[in-house]
Amino acid sequence: MATAEVERKRGQLAALSIAVVVVLVGVPLWWRTTETYRAWLPVNQINELAELQLQLSVDVEVVFSRGTLTPEQQKKVPFTRTQEEAQKVDDDTTLRYRYESKYRTANIMEEDALKQPTAAEADLSLHTLSASPCGSVVVYVIPETSVLLPQGVDVYIGHRRTAVLRMGAPMSVGKNHKQLLAHLEPRITQVVQVMSFSHTDITAALSDRVRLSPGSKESLADSMRSFKSSPGYEITFSLLNPDPKSHRLDWDIEGAVHSYIQPLLTKLAPLANFSIDSQILYYAMLGVNPRFDSSLEAYTLNADSLAHVINPVEARLGSNAASSNPVLNFLLYVPDAHHSPLYIHDHQKQPVASNAFHSPRWGGIMVYNVNDLYGRGETPLPVNININMEKVMGVFLAQLRLMLGVQSSPAPPGFLVEPCGGAGLADWELDRLMWSRTVENVATATTTITSLAQLLDQIGNIVINDNIASQVSSTVTSLQLAVAELEAGNLGFALQYSKEAILASERAFFDPSLLHLLYFPDDQKFAIYIPLFLPMCVPILLSLIKIASEARQRRKLKQSKKD
Amino acid sequence: MAARRCLGLWFFLITLCVVSTGADVLHTTPVTGTESSAAGTETVVAREQPEAPSDPGEHTAAEPTREGEQNDRTRGGEQTRGQPTREEEQEQEQEQEKTREGEELTREGEQTPAQPTREEEEEEEEQEQTRGEEELTREEEELTREEEELTKEEEELTAEEEEQTREEEELIREEEELTTEEEELTTEEEELTTEEEELTREEEEPTRKEEEEEQQTTAQQEEQTRRWEATELEEEHVHDAAVPPPAADPPSPPPSKDDFQEELVIRPLHSGDIYASFQFRTVWDADFMGDQKVSHYRLFPKSLGQVITKFSVRELHISFTQGYWRTMQWGQPYLPSPPGAELWVWFQDTVTDVDGTWKELTNVLSGIFCASLNFIDSTNTVQPSASFKPLGIGNVTDHSFLRYATLPREIVCTENLTPWKKLLPCGSKAGLSVLLKSEKLFHSTFHSQAVHVRPVCQDPQCRTTSMELRQTLNVVFDLHTSGQGKREWSLFKMFSRTLTEGCPLASSSKVYVDVTDNPQGEQFELSPATPLLTQAVVLGDRRTYSVYDLTQQASFGSSRSLNMLLRWKAADGEMLRPLLHSERYVAGYGLQAGEIHTLIYNHHPYRAFPVLLLSAVPWYLRLYIHTLTVSSKGKDNRPSYIHYQPSKDRERPHLLEMLLQLPPNSVTEVTVEFERALLKWTEYTPDPNHGFYVGSSVISALVPSVVAMDTNSTLDRPLFSSFFPCKEEASYFMRVYTEPLLVNLPTPDFSMPYNVICLTCTVVAVGYGSLYNLLTRTFQVDEPSPGLAKRIANVIRRFRGVPLL
Repeated sequence: MATAEVERKRGQLAALSIAVVVVLVGVPLWWRTTETYRAWLPVNQINELAELQLQLSVDVEVVFSRGTLTPEQQKKVPFTRTQEEAQKVDDDTTLRYRYESKYRTANIMEEDALKQPTAAEADLSLHTLSASPCGSVVVYVIPETSVLLPQGVDVYIGHRRTAVLRMGAPMSVGKNHKQLLAHLEPRITQVVQVMSFSHTDITAALSDRVRLSPGSKESLADSMRSFKSSPGYEITFSLLNPDPKSHRLDWDIEGAVHSYIQPLLTKLAPLANFSIDSQILYYAMLGVNPRFDSSLEAYTLNADSLAHVINPVEARLGSNAASSNPVLNFLLYVPDAHHSPLYIHDHQKQPVASNAFHSPRWGGIMVYNVNDLYGRGETPLPVNININMEKVMGVFLAQLRLMLGVQSSPAPPGFLVEPCGGAGLADWELDRLMWSRTVENVATATTTITSLAQLLDQIGNIVINDNIASQVSSTVTSLQLAVAELEAGNLGFALQYSKEAILASERAFFDPSLLHLLYFPDDQKFAIYIPLFLPMCVPILLSLIKIASEARQRRKLKQSKKD
Repeated sequence: MAARRCLGLWFFLITLCVVSTGADVLHTTPVTGTESSAAGTETVVAREQPEAPSDPGEHTAAEPTREGEQNDRTRGGEQTRGQPTREEEQEQEQEQEKTREGEELTREGEQTPAQPTREEEEEEEEQEQTRGEEELTREEEELTREEEELTKEEEELTAEEEEQTREEEELIREEEELTTEEEELTTEEEELTTEEEELTREEEEPTRKEEEEEQQTTAQQEEQTRRWEATELEEEHVHDAAVPPPAADPPSPPPSKDDFQEELVIRPLHSGDIYASFQFRTVWDADFMGDQKVSHYRLFPKSLGQVITKFSVRELHISFTQGYWRTMQWGQPYLPSPPGAELWVWFQDTVTDVDGTWKELTNVLSGIFCASLNFIDSTNTVQPSASFKPLGIGNVTDHSFLRYATLPREIVCTENLTPWKKLLPCGSKAGLSVLLKSEKLFHSTFHSQAVHVRPVCQDPQCRTTSMELRQTLNVVFDLHTSGQGKREWSLFKMFSRTLTEGCPLASSSKVYVDVTDNPQGEQFELSPATPLLTQAVVLGDRRTYSVYDLTQQASFGSSRSLNMLLRWKAADGEMLRPLLHSERYVAGYGLQAGEIHTLIYNHHPYRAFPVLLLSAVPWYLRLYIHTLTVSSKGKDNRPSYIHYQPSKDRERPHLLEMLLQLPPNSVTEVTVEFERALLKWTEYTPDPNHGFYVGSSVISALVPSVVAMDTNSTLDRPLFSSFFPCKEEASYFMRVYTEPLLVNLPTPDFSMPYNVICLTCTVVAVGYGSLYNLLTRTFQVDEPSPGLAKRIANVIRRFRGVPLL
């Protein structure tokens, strides 16, 4: 009996220890070998980024020229003054604008510069005196009586980062400096909003992150016209010749690109890389048959039918096989002799002056009529035609500015904005673009990285290897740096870091290795495990139950003995 | 680990289901039909093979095997043949000396015969059956042919009547053509939709594709997704931009010249089939290899130009072929290509990471041509050391910049044709390319399309280089399937289109018809007749061609459309036997070992010449290189050069290149044994029992030519005769591709993993269970029950009342 009891004890112990081994060694081993690999991710920092607090700082230098300040005021005007404005966009996003104004009086050379006969010349000579850093604004305050600005114009904005502001009339003398500044401040803010950013720009740039309340249709169209921020763009000019039998077209695209498009792109170089190419497509037809309007003796394309024009052509445009950047298409369509001249009509049935139209985030099309170059039937076909690139590039350049988001929002009353010159882009316009692009990049990168983190929480089967983890970490660091640089007002660096962030985040998010084990239904896993686990676990469980029941019985026995 | 494998298994099975359904879709395409019919005809040819070398006169001609003996032997052979003039003798001696220096020669040259025939003998049983059937049908054919001959006499009587009816037919046909032109317009629209559908396969942004499809279906939807607006051009913008660009404007260089030529060669084949070969050539005086980026395209296609620029490609040759070229029946093609897809590229020497660039390039090309070139990886890429020299200018010898790969499995169809046509300046709208309609092109026995990009000389002095893009398309229409058994061909019958104009962008646009065998019109009749004749030296022979110049209005005649009619009079033409052809098959039985046999035929009666043989064999056939034997006429034929690169499992294939001297009028047999590897179960294709393809071997040779070759590259020659550069007069370069092989590998039963899982689990459970029981149960010795005898005794004792034991 005693030996039997010992044996029984031994059996129980063995069963228990097997159960313990299975639980302590087997289960963790199985778990470890079948779990999906997840490298370490900076989850906390990502969660911090989910609540974005952006602070944009602008350095504003206000220079008082002679005659605007009384000596007394001059003494009392503070050197610096900071103005802050906070805007809450939605629950997770807050914006703070910070204008750091520095006040000083003009030095002699600047005085001289301001004495130039016209504002444009003054602008140029002021620029040569001191180059202000990217993102900053210099406002020169000139006396009411100055003749630099024409009548009725209060503010002049030139090609550079300078503006000239006329002192309001009644305030010039006799007031103390506080009143003076209180008078100037809203106007300076207005100038800064034109030259660097306004709240609407920034919220539009945040559209990736923040769901905008549906505004007016017009503003929505405005915000959707330009391309999304991208590290590079491919610009393709295509000449469509539907009938090479009747005309042979020549365009000096190389020269035209060099003299019209390249200056703009050189200026935009900090924003993105651009590559330009061109092609000629023969027998490329428009998708719709233009209607003949006998009153005009011309063919017309309605605004409604423009939507169908491009589709058949687009199949032949071809995507750039060598890169994955977005493509901006600019098509020049030269209608054949039988469908010429061809005019585009707008919604009011009026001919469009430029005979061109554009499609948001796609590109533009211009119709170029050559029927007057045919002569009167005596010239043998095909006719050689040289295209006037000046006319064409004017249209394409304007469309390109729209597509790239160089907004020419109407200036407030009293503002004179110098039209852009040969470079096609003023410095402050570039700054404006950089502000909004930086914010856009930051918004997009944070959204991408937070949604990746959310996805990982929800779907357990996604593998994160070390490469992706390092991409995610570099995104987070770049984002933090970009936000910090924005706070410090270093626009150039901020843009640089934001570009890095967006690149790394896209690479991490779209890496194909994420999907390797994604589609793996759980029920199928169990179908595989059960033949192994069931026969193993049942004896263990049974003996555990038996041991437990025996233990309970023994306890009862003991209690009854005690009783 | 086991569990993870189980996971993987599930995944594999799912993909298996998906892929196999996909494959089903592919197999329903008409092309497969032509393929099978092609295989059928091949077997017929195989029957004829043994007869070929048994010509007694040629046997005595020569059988030199050793290089040293060649001179004497051949001379002896010549003596038996008759009285060769002394000049000829000298010439031959010189040439043979040249062949002795085979390496140098082959470095310059390469060559091109191709002989179809023996399909893999592994599928013997099925094939035997089909072969038998083929024979039956063949007999039937012969019967019908006899009947035809009988009826021919009757036909001659009714010929006059037919003449009249034919004129009527012509009229009707013209009307048809007019209507088809109208149809064309509608089909063009259809095409556009298909083109766009095909586009969706290309690497494009998915959203854009969705848009396209939506646009097709509902235009209004799309109006909402895309807003179209008139460009509001503020006057000042135009004005500013129009401000004359400052004096900094540099004198823009004169636009680089580009030139486009198109050409169609039609060669009536003695078998009654017809061979049509299109060539489109764009030459552009742009420097792709310089520092300046080329970005403004006119006639040259932009998509291809960008690829060449981005990946620093010096030369690119890509071909897609459906069907196999039957050399013994059809002669040599103008441009040879192996079945499936072939891609070989020379990179510029500025490329540092050639393998990485190659990988990217194949991916991009697979997007451009809608083909599965992305399956090219290191396991099927080789670097041939001698066989593929640059065809363009440039003296490159470092073959580390060369990559060569074939995909014998690739099925070519209309989705590959559409992007190929898009590269043409005239698209499919004008010129010869209007004939390229997929419904007819793919209803053919052989279809091959290719793109060749290479640098060529711009002028005779070769001071500057141009980029040449040649797009070629070769098609053979079968007498019976496309021709309804009548030996009568017309453009309309072949392509269901006629020609109405040349491409207006082309500087030359010509149609050639090979009339060499038909000097007096005794073989066939060609109408409309053309006064233009031209001669060209092609594949070592001087051929005569009738030329239709599409740039001349006169070519089209009064009907304004050109529909050549080619009507055979005699059915028994004799074709010159191609000098070089080859065949290849797998021998052996069972699933473990096997032997690859490559037979190379030299049909030249008295000349030996060297060939370069290249075979790339996948790693899962483990070649035993020590079993490599090369023999000609029963004697050992030692290759003068062997380059062998052993395979690495799952990394790279075997590469075997050797330089062989083919004795005159001989068969050279190269055999090598192999062992079949057992693959991992994820490495099997979705249809593993179909077998695994081994790409064609490539034979490059300098074949002695009958007439002096034209080495003057400056001369204006037809395109089809000017593809392979020719450096000496006495021989021409050609390339011959053997059949691809289909090899069965040991294939597991794919439901086996389940059984294995269940079995192992059961075994584990049983083993574990007994161990568990041993450990946990208590075993007690039972009182042994009394034995049987004792029990019986007890029963008896009880019965007797005696006390029990």
